[in-house]
Amino acid sequence: MTNRTLEAFHAGLADGWADPSRLHTESRRARQLLDASREAIAEALGARPEHTHLTQSPHAALERVIAGVFTARRGRDRIVASAVERDATLHAAHHVSGGRVTTVAVDARGHVDLDALAAEVEVPDVALAAVQHANHEIGTVQRLARVAEITAAARVPLLVDATASIGHGPSPAHWDALVANPADWGGPAGLGVVALRPQTRWLPAWPEGDDWAPGGVLVPAVLAAAVALQERRELLDATSLRLHGLVARVREAASAWPGVDVVGDPDERLPHVVTFSCLYVDGEALLTRLDREGIAVGSGSACTTSTLEPSRVLAAVGALSHGNVRMGLHPGVTDADIDRLVALMPRVIAELRAEAGAPEVA
Amino acid sequence: MAGEAVTVDATGLLCPLPIIELAKAARGREPGTVLTVVCTDLAARVDVPAWARMTGHAFVGEKKTDGGAVALTVRLR
Repeated sequence: MTNRTLEAFHAGLADGWADPSRLHTESRRARQLLDASREAIAEALGARPEHTHLTQSPHAALERVIAGVFTARRGRDRIVASAVERDATLHAAHHVSGGRVTTVAVDARGHVDLDALAAEVEVPDVALAAVQHANHEIGTVQRLARVAEITAAARVPLLVDATASIGHGPSPAHWDALVANPADWGGPAGLGVVALRPQTRWLPAWPEGDDWAPGGVLVPAVLAAAVALQERRELLDATSLRLHGLVARVREAASAWPGVDVVGDPDERLPHVVTFSCLYVDGEALLTRLDREGIAVGSGSACTTSTLEPSRVLAAVGALSHGNVRMGLHPGVTDADIDRLVALMPRVIAELRAEAGAPEVA
Repeated sequence: MAGEAVTVDATGLLCPLPIIELAKAARGREPGTVLTVVCTDLAARVDVPAWARMTGHAFVGEKKTDGGAVALTVRLR
């Protein structure tokens, strides 16, 4: 979190500590802070404040919006989702529909197959379609204008998971329901956001009526999230352009390293995410080695997961799953950091291959 | 000899070892050789086709074995 976001959080603790649902002065002050923060977040999402709901996590946001929209579509009991949606989306979809979930394949760059999507949503048993804005693992940004055309023609509500993209680029314009994650734009963790179009129907599929966050959300966290988003938006064009360029440098360098598979769309992508996989390299060893060099990265390799299953996203695009490195560049990453990474990686890859007794890579 | 069929047993090995064994077995073989790697590691189902794509060989297909493993076949080019 930046200083400004932290200051907002502290100010929220001082002025917004009371329960906003009560009527005394302190509570009314907390309510005002909450409403103003929600309004600011809604404005950034291109949504109406009265149709913007806060939840206690992005997972809760996905679960509630999927359950709420599904329940309002009586008689339709299937959910269509792209093959690269988050686990949280697919798990909620399976839970709500009793396992009636159809996934739509993506191409090698991660774009959803639009013809297959159209064929699926035309079937009149579809309650809801879920297509993310951008993928958090490989960075590919979906062609949502065309996706929304297809779902609108079939009169199927479109849920867009924008948890990986809000605060890193323009907010998506095409959705019936939207989910965002304040922690991803530099706000505090423990919050989620659901935005709905006024015409998007939903029913409370939970006991608390129209309350999307039973027990309430932490008002100082919502205030900090609103300030963090505002701060991101002020710097958005400059920061995203710079990070987009740094990622392009990593992608270009990595595609020249022998036996390295650079994943995702080179142009239609998040500005700050880059993923590549290194043939014959153990993902866990690679992460440990980079961590020792002070470079914190993620991985979709099976050996880095508890289930020993490779990333579903890497499998969906047909990318090599072992030796996978996933980097999300934060706004503080410099040209010099990237110079160092680009100089370091080929040596690290060669050393790990030699240790594993792997053959030469041409 | 072209068209030769070779099987590599990589059961019990975890990624990236099955692919390393596959690559070692492919070394020095004639184009046209059909190479099958038998794996229990789930990642191999993703990684054998990706290896074939990256190294210019052809992925032929996969088959479940009686022992609960999966046999993944490539043709060398």
